[in-house]
Amino acid sequence: MIQVIAFYLFTFLMLCSAVSVIFARNPVHSVLWLILAFFNAAGLMVLVGAEFIAMLLVIVYVGAVAVLFLFVVMMLDIDFSEMRAGFIKNAPLGLLIAAVLLAELTLGVGAWKTGALQLGVASGTAAAPEGLSNTAAIGALLYTRYLFLFEAAGIILLVSMIGAIVLTHRQRSDTRGQNVGRQIARRPEEATVNVKPAVGQGVTL
Amino acid sequence: MIGIEHYVGVSAILFVLGVLGIFLNRKNVIVILMAIELILLAVNLNFVAFSAFLHDLVGQIFAMFVLTVAAGEAAIGLAILVIYFRGRGTIAVDDVNRMKG
Repeated sequence: MIQVIAFYLFTFLMLCSAVSVIFARNPVHSVLWLILAFFNAAGLMVLVGAEFIAMLLVIVYVGAVAVLFLFVVMMLDIDFSEMRAGFIKNAPLGLLIAAVLLAELTLGVGAWKTGALQLGVASGTAAAPEGLSNTAAIGALLYTRYLFLFEAAGIILLVSMIGAIVLTHRQRSDTRGQNVGRQIARRPEEATVNVKPAVGQGVTL
Repeated sequence: MIGIEHYVGVSAILFVLGVLGIFLNRKNVIVILMAIELILLAVNLNFVAFSAFLHDLVGQIFAMFVLTVAAGEAAIGLAILVIYFRGRGTIAVDDVNRMKG
């Protein structure tokens, strides 16, 4: 019973915050609603026993992606009120497409529930072993059968990190950066002068 | 009782909300990126629900890869947004034709 209550609570909050994401006037509020939506989606995933993905969602999305969004929204100085100009104009088309999409998805789920097409039976070759926690089972599968995909995911993250840095990096002319090559090429004999002043006369540099 | 249909229905609604968000906020690319995140979240929810339903862990593995790609996409998208804002002083994207495409 508690699962049913939790399911409906998480679902209700997630859908409400998703609506608020797309209707909020201020993008900062949108990001905060997005964080709430992700938390509730993580709750829905915990309910079916996928706690690893749920924690990954909280850590990666709430901890990294949402904060990235927040930084970008706060860094850019944008008049968000004029961004809303096309909101009413686009609403009929958007609602129409959303209605068509929802009808199609409902039709698909309904047709699937009646069991119209039977293409095959789930083989379950990667069923979770008994007595192993969800995280351990995923690790056992990820580091053996899906090792190359795992490493490809790492490559994707590396490439996107380098891409983001290359895209946003710029040479600034108004600051003096460190020139490592010049620093290393500098020798003591060309940088310092040894003067022998007479005693009591001080030093003129 | 809660079945797989409930999860599929919820993620369908979430997916449609994401698509609607793209259409409603056509000028504001930040909200468009957030709507794409909502769509990917719906896909992930579907993957995890079917993984639990079929007792097959591959769904959760794949959800992890979707998450990876979503994180990379958000980083690149926001970087493009930042350089676009630097050059133009605005992020209105409904008339972007820099590449004359």
